[in-house]
Amino acid sequence: MQTTAELLLLLVVLTDLAVLGSSRLRTCIRAVAAQGLLLGLLPVALASRYTVHVVALSAGTVVVKAVVLPLFLLWAIREAAVRREVEPLVGYIASLLLGAAAVAAGFAIATRLPVPDVAEPVLVPVALATVMIGLIVLTTRRKALTQVVGYLMLENGIYLFGLTQTESVPFLLEVGVLLDIFAGVFIMGIVVFHINREFDSLDSSHLTELRD
Amino acid sequence: MTGHTDWRALVAVAMVLLIAPAIPGIATKTKSVLTGRRGAPVLQGYRDLAKLVRKGRVYSDVSTWVFRAGPVVVVASLVLALLMLPLDGRSAPLHFAGDVVAFAGALALGRFALVLSGLDTGSSFEGMGASREVTIASFAEPVLFLCFAALVLATGHLSLNGAVGPAIGAAWPRDTASLVLVALALFVLLLAENARVPVDDPATHLELTMVHEVIVLDHSGPDLALVLYGSALKLTLFAALLVCVVVPRAALRAWTAPVAVAAGVAVVAVLVGVVESAMARLRLTRVPQLIVGAGALALFGIILLLR
Repeated sequence: MQTTAELLLLLVVLTDLAVLGSSRLRTCIRAVAAQGLLLGLLPVALASRYTVHVVALSAGTVVVKAVVLPLFLLWAIREAAVRREVEPLVGYIASLLLGAAAVAAGFAIATRLPVPDVAEPVLVPVALATVMIGLIVLTTRRKALTQVVGYLMLENGIYLFGLTQTESVPFLLEVGVLLDIFAGVFIMGIVVFHINREFDSLDSSHLTELRD
Repeated sequence: MTGHTDWRALVAVAMVLLIAPAIPGIATKTKSVLTGRRGAPVLQGYRDLAKLVRKGRVYSDVSTWVFRAGPVVVVASLVLALLMLPLDGRSAPLHFAGDVVAFAGALALGRFALVLSGLDTGSSFEGMGASREVTIASFAEPVLFLCFAALVLATGHLSLNGAVGPAIGAAWPRDTASLVLVALALFVLLLAENARVPVDDPATHLELTMVHEVIVLDHSGPDLALVLYGSALKLTLFAALLVCVVVPRAALRAWTAPVAVAAGVAVVAVLVGVVESAMARLRLTRVPQLIVGAGALALFGIILLLR
C-alpha cells in the first residue's frame, strides 16, 4: 500500500514534468505553485506527530511557495507584458525526454547514496529528480521568468532533500532558507522588470551584449 | 494458442461489437449537451451504417484492389485485437505469451491498410491525411508499448489475458501510482489514436485540418460503412482496454463483468465528450508534445515499478 507522502511525492514529479511540457508561462507558474502546495503538505504527511515545528514549517512553505511567489511571478508577467510563450532553447519533446531521463537517473542514483535513515524511500529520488529538472529548466529556457521558475524548482528539490532530516534541522535554519528564496525571487523579479524595460523583451541572451 | 475457449468470452466480444457504433454517439451527445445543443441521437451511428450499406459503391479508375481491401482489413484487424482482451475478466478468446505485441501489431496492420487505401486513390488530400496519421501513430505506438511494459511489470504476465485480466486486481493496491499513470497515458492515447480533440476534431469536415476523416474521402457506400464502423470499433476497443486496466473484474460474476466493461466504455465515451467540449484542438506541431507527455507519464510508471 502506498502512503500519502509517497503519493504527494509522485505528484511533485508530475508537476516537474508539467513545467517541462507546457508551452505557456502561466501554466509553468501554476505548476510550480501546485508543487509548492504539495511540498507544504509533505512535512505534515511525513511527521509521526504534529509538533509546532512541523505545522509552522508546513504553513510557512504553503504561504511562500504556493501563494506569494506564484502571485508575484504572475504580477511580473502582467507588469512586464511578456509574451506568454515559453520559447525554449531545447524543444518540448526533447526536454520531456530529458526530464524522464532525470527521473530515471534520480531513482537509479538514490539507492547508492549513503543517506542515513530516511523515513520515505521515494523522498531522495524525487528530490534528486526535481533538482535535475530544475537545472534543465534553468538552462534550456530563454526567458528570465522561466529561469526564475527553474531556480524555484531547483530550490524545491533541495527543500525535499532537507525534509529527510526534518527531525534534526533546526527550525530557524529552515525559516532562514524560506526567507532567502523569498528575497532571491523578489530581486530576480526586479531584475526581470529592468531587463524588460531596457530591451523590451525578457530574452536573457541580451545580457551577454551588455557594455558600459 | 488456447485449448478451449469459454463461450461466454465470445458473448462479451459480440456484445462489444454490437455496442461499438453507439460509443462515438455517446461522446458526441455529451459534447452537444455540454455546449447547450440538443445533438444527434446516440443511436445515429446505427442509422448512418444502415443507410450506407444500402448505397452503391463508386470506385475511381486509378484505384486498385488495395483501395477495396482497406476497409475490410481495418475492421478485421480490430476484431482480432478485440479477441485478445479478457473482457469478462477471466480469459480472452485468443491469448498466448507475448500477445501484447500482437495486439499492437493488429492495430498497426489496420492503420497500415487504411493509410494504403488512402494513398491508393492518388489524391493529394488523402496523401496528406495519411502522412499525418502515420506521424501521430509513430509517436503513439511507443507510448502504447510503454503502457504495456508497465502493465506486464506490474502483473508479471506477458499476455494481455493476465496483464489486464485476473492479475490486475492484485496489482492495484500494490502499485496504485504506476497504474494511475498508465491509465492516464492510455486515455491520452485513446484521444490520439481515435482522432478526437485535442489531436483532431471529428466534427470538422474541412480537408486541411483533418487527420482521420481526410483519408477516407474517396470511400463510399458499404466501404464507408466499414470504415465508420472500424473507427467506432477502434474507439470502443481503446475504451475497453482502459476499462480493463482500471476496473479489476476477476471478482465479478461471469455475466456482470462484460456488462461492467460496457458501462465503463460508456463512461469513457462521456469523458471523451467532456474533454472535447472543454478543449480546443491542438496545433499539429503541438500534438507530439502531448503524446510524448503521455509517454513520460508511462515511463515514470515503469520507473516506479522497477524501483
